[in-house]
This record gives sequence, structure tokens and C-alpha cells, in this order.
Amino acid sequence: MSASLFIEQMLNGIQFGVMLFLISAGLTLVFGIMNLINLAHGALFMLGAFLATAFIKWTNNYLLAAVLAMVITAFVGYVLELLVLRRFYSRSHLDQVLVTFGLILVFNDIVRLIWGVVPVQFRLPQAFAGSINLFGDVQYPTFRLLILAVGLLVALGLYYVVVHTRIGMWIRAGASNRPMASALGVDVGLIFSLVFAAGAALAGLAGLMTGSISSVQVGMGDPVLILALVVTVIGGIGSIRGAFVAALMIGIVDTFGRVLLPPALGSMVIFMLMAVILAWRPKGLFPVHA
Amino acid sequence: MKSKSSAAILAAGVAVFAIATASAQQGPIKIGHMTTTSGPQAVIGIDMVDAFKLALKHSGDTVAGRKVEVIWGDDQAKPDVGRQVADKMLESDRVHMMTGIIFSNVLLASVKPVLDAGAFYISSNAGPSQLAGRQCHPNFFGVAFQNDNNFEGLGQHMREKGFKKVYFLAPNYPAGKDMASGYKRYYKDGLAAEVYTSFGQLDYSAEIAQVRAAKPDAVVIFYPGGMGINFVKQYAQAGMMSQIPLFTGAGTVDQTTLPAIGDAAIGMYTGALWSEFLDNAANKRFVEDFEKEYKRIPSGFASASYDTARAILAALNSIGGKVEDKDAFRKAMANVKFEAVRGNFKFNKNQFPIQDYYLVQIEKDAKGRTVAGFRGTIMKDLADAYGSDCKMPPLK
Repeated sequence: MSASLFIEQMLNGIQFGVMLFLISAGLTLVFGIMNLINLAHGALFMLGAFLATAFIKWTNNYLLAAVLAMVITAFVGYVLELLVLRRFYSRSHLDQVLVTFGLILVFNDIVRLIWGVVPVQFRLPQAFAGSINLFGDVQYPTFRLLILAVGLLVALGLYYVVVHTRIGMWIRAGASNRPMASALGVDVGLIFSLVFAAGAALAGLAGLMTGSISSVQVGMGDPVLILALVVTVIGGIGSIRGAFVAALMIGIVDTFGRVLLPPALGSMVIFMLMAVILAWRPKGLFPVHA
Repeated sequence: MKSKSSAAILAAGVAVFAIATASAQQGPIKIGHMTTTSGPQAVIGIDMVDAFKLALKHSGDTVAGRKVEVIWGDDQAKPDVGRQVADKMLESDRVHMMTGIIFSNVLLASVKPVLDAGAFYISSNAGPSQLAGRQCHPNFFGVAFQNDNNFEGLGQHMREKGFKKVYFLAPNYPAGKDMASGYKRYYKDGLAAEVYTSFGQLDYSAEIAQVRAAKPDAVVIFYPGGMGINFVKQYAQAGMMSQIPLFTGAGTVDQTTLPAIGDAAIGMYTGALWSEFLDNAANKRFVEDFEKEYKRIPSGFASASYDTARAILAALNSIGGKVEDKDAFRKAMANVKFEAVRGNFKFNKNQFPIQDYYLVQIEKDAKGRTVAGFRGTIMKDLADAYGSDCKMPPLK
């Protein structure tokens, strides 16, 4: 492997990792703070991608379409939490898995009713449709650089909100001791709604970013969900920092595993990594509830 | 007296039996159509259902004065579900024949009860090598293709064009390997690289970077459905379309995926067993009416489904609709004469097609849609490689 190929693959790995982080951030927040396994996270991811394609067609403005898609996905998440999922915080994980799996089927069929079964086209703005020469003979798709930048910005933003703001403090308080936080006057119900909506918005953002490089079709969230769960578990459930580190690790390991190992082994390597890490640290790399 | 009355009862019994047989003759011809109409692969199944319906509509839902009734089913692309639906169609709907399955693994699981029950299976898509070779069966007809066919013509074309260093990519599952062996059978020289990726992979950036570094003459992919959309979009976004030409065989980049790939696929060459621009009357009628009815261009999957329905109807017509006479129907199918939308068509002795292979190139039509422009015929009378393993009992 030449130096420039190594750099290109490294960029691919980091970019894939950042994308995984966008997908997992919402999942790990909801899982860690509300103790809710939300399999419907993949459905919100799909919704974000479909809404963005519709809004791009409608407004012809990529940025505006992305914002609209995220706002609506957040709203759908908010309503979902209010009407259905709120009732499941105190139920067993099996009940949560069943109801959110049911939601996946419902969302898939709603999307099919609206957009049909033929995968839809996601038009990229002209400036991001091609690739640029970074240095030497490393040529890289422009849109992937954008994903890289957006993912890093979101990571920084989340870190700031969770660690340095009052809302972040409430979130952490609600996560570590719910009854005590509400006894101290924190509106835990409101915090949970906000966290769920924010998680949905992040899923939507990940969906519209992924949709521009891959196929926008019914069920696109399902395979992604598995990777997001792996990231969440390796990183430590509920830890944003853990999700970031685990996502980058998986992105890089998966990229090099696919290239350097035989195919059967290459597609297994991230799961082997998960097994090793969990054997070493059963609560993940950065456990929240120690 | 006693013998007289028993004779009368016997006569009455015979009469009742005769009436029962006659009414069975009058009942509809029942076809079980099971395909994948839910989940991510539903786009293919729905194209096939629509085309099948169109062919029936063209014949007024009747053949030789008998009504044709289709029982629709969904196998969800799962072998176990397919098997259950097939059992139900055979036992409670009492279908005379079945068709429609897309995936070879579903077909292999579901076809046994059909053939064991003495019913027919007429395949409009899946064509696994087993059923073309050693496990060929007098009641099984493959109208679409034998799987390997999809890449055989492409292999020949690229050898003729003098591509020396060819890089092949496919998902790591049986059909991926079938396509590679189909390609190699006529390309002959061996591949510079043969890469298998996991099924349903989303991101191909790492593989594309490897391709760029390997500097091959050409890249050949087999990525059906969403995988094809992902790969082609990412290949174009990486600026590779203009550097290393991208090829694929039949059934990979077509009207089930082109609307989603958009301009990224323009210029790409693909092998094909059918094209919307084939110049024959049956095809013109099919494409025109399909677009009128469903407001989209049919795919190759739709064309094979339409041909299947038309082959069944033509065979039934030639025997006056007497589907109950299995020997007659078998013989009529084996020698069926109909105007196939794909052009030349006849059954080989393993009851799989002998057909032509075409080259198409993705371009824009006058209405700005991405279509597969016809570029010529690569192979005439392509038959599959497994026919010699088939020991079919002679027709009665």
C-alpha cells in the first residue's frame, strides 16, 4: 500500500466513522438517558433522507432542505416520544424492542405509501457532486469532505452542550439519577422530550448525509441500525465521547479490514473487535453509569 | 330389479362425475404468482407484477375462451415464507402452475412442493444452475435466463474489445460467484482482481480507492438493487467514470435503479438480455402500453415477466386452454411459439432459453430521463452451460 493510498483509505475510514457517529449519537443519548432501546432510530434516519430529497425538489436549496428535513424529523421524534415511547420507559427492554421494531414496519410502509418502492434520487449541489485533488495524487469526493466537516462540528457542538451548558447539566443529572433530579426541580419529562427530538434530528441529519452518497429507499435504515448499535455498545451506553471514539475506531478498522483481509473475515472484523472490547471492558470504553 | 337400480345409480354416478369434470374444464385456469412485493427488493417484484398484469390485460384475461385467474403472493425474499405461500397456493387455491420468484434461494426452497404436486413452475426471473443442469425437471421452464447468462455476453464483448486488465467486484453470495463464472466463461483470460464485498454494503469508498490504485483497463460490477445505486453514485462522485470505464452485466443497472442513480450512470456500458429500444412489434406495444399504464419505463425484470405470461398464454392457446392435460401443456410449452419482446427466443432441451445478448449504454432520452440506449447485439443464440448435465425424460 503506497503512502497516498494509505492516506486516502485513512480519510475514508475517518469519514465513515464520522458518519457512524452522526447515526449513533442520538441512539446512545436516548439509550443512556431514558434507558430506552429505540430500534426505530433507523426509521428516523430513513425519514430524514426521504424528506430531504422531497425538499430539495421543492425548494432547490440544499441547505434549506436539510434544515427543513431535520426540523420535521425532530418533530416526528417529539410526537413519537409523547404518544408512544413515553409509556415504555419503565417497561422491560423486551417490550421496548417489540414496540420500536413495530414502529420500523409502520414507518417503512408509510414511506412506501408516500414515495413508492422505486429508490428516489438525491441530487447533490453542483459544487459537491465531483471530487477534488487534495495533494499529490490523492483525489477525494468533495461531498465526503463536507460530511467529515459536518460530523466533526456536530461532535464539538454536542460536547459543548452536554458538558458546558445548563441543559447539558440537566441531561446528565436526569441520566444519572432521575428521581433526585426531578426532586431538585428539573422537569425530567421535558428534558426527555427534548433529548428524543434532538436524537431524531441527528438521525435525520445522518440520513440525509448518507442519502447523498448511497441509495434512498425503503428500509435503508435497517442495516445502519446494526452498526449504530455496535458503536453504542463499544463506546459505552449513553456516552457521547464513547460513541465518537468507537465510531472512528469502527470506521477505520472496517475500512482497512475490507481492503486488507479476505472478504469473509473483512466483514466480520468489526464484530470481532466488539467481542474483544466487551470481554476487556464489559460496559464499553467510556461507561456512564459506573 | 335390483341390478337395474344399481345400474341406474352407477349411471347417475357417471353422469355426476362427467358433470364435475366438465365444470372443472369450465373453471378458470389458475396461476400462482409469487414474488417479492415488500421490503427493499419490492421494486423488482412490483415491476414484474405490473408487467404480468399487462400481458393478461392484452389477452383480455382469457385464453381459448377460458378465464385466467391469478393468485398473487409475496415471498418477502425469504425462502421459508416462499415455501409456505407455495404450499397454500397448491393446497387451498389449487393452482395449475406458479411463477414470479426473483431470488434463486427462494426458488430452490419453494419449487419442490410445486413439482411434487404435479404442477408446473414457469420461472420469470431466478434461473439457478441446479435446475438448468442435474436437477432439471419436465415441469420446470425457465423463461427469463439461467443466472450465468447475465454476464456471459459481457465477458465475450470485453475480450473482443481487448480489455486486458479487468477488475471485478460483486457481493459475497452465490449469485455473485455465478456472475463471475459466467463472465470468465467467455472472457477466458482470467481477471486481474476479483473482489467480493459483504451483501448490502453501503459504502464503497475503500474499494474504489483500491481500484484507483490498481489502475485497471476496466471495472466490471455485479451489484443488484440498492448496492448498485450506492456503488455507481460513489464511483462517479470519486471522479472515476472518466478515468476507468465501468461495465456491468444484465439486470444490475436498469430502470429499477436508474431513477435513483440519475446522471451519475451516464456513459456506463451494460450487458442486457432486453432493451426498451429493441425494434420488434411486440416490444413496442409492451413498452408503450407499460408507460401509459404505469407512468414509468419498464425494466428488464418487467420484460421477462411479460414474456413469461405471454409464453404461458400462447402455450395454453395452442391446446385450447386444456391445462388439465399435463402432457399436452408440457409439450406446448417446450415448443411454444410467441413473439418475445426480447427478440429471438426458444427453449433449449433443458427448458431454459436460447436467446440473444445485447450491449446498451446509459444515456438521456428526449424527455431527459436516463435510459439504456441500444448499442448492438453481442451474442446470437446464447444457451447456458449446464444443459449437458440435464437428463430430461423425452416428451410424451
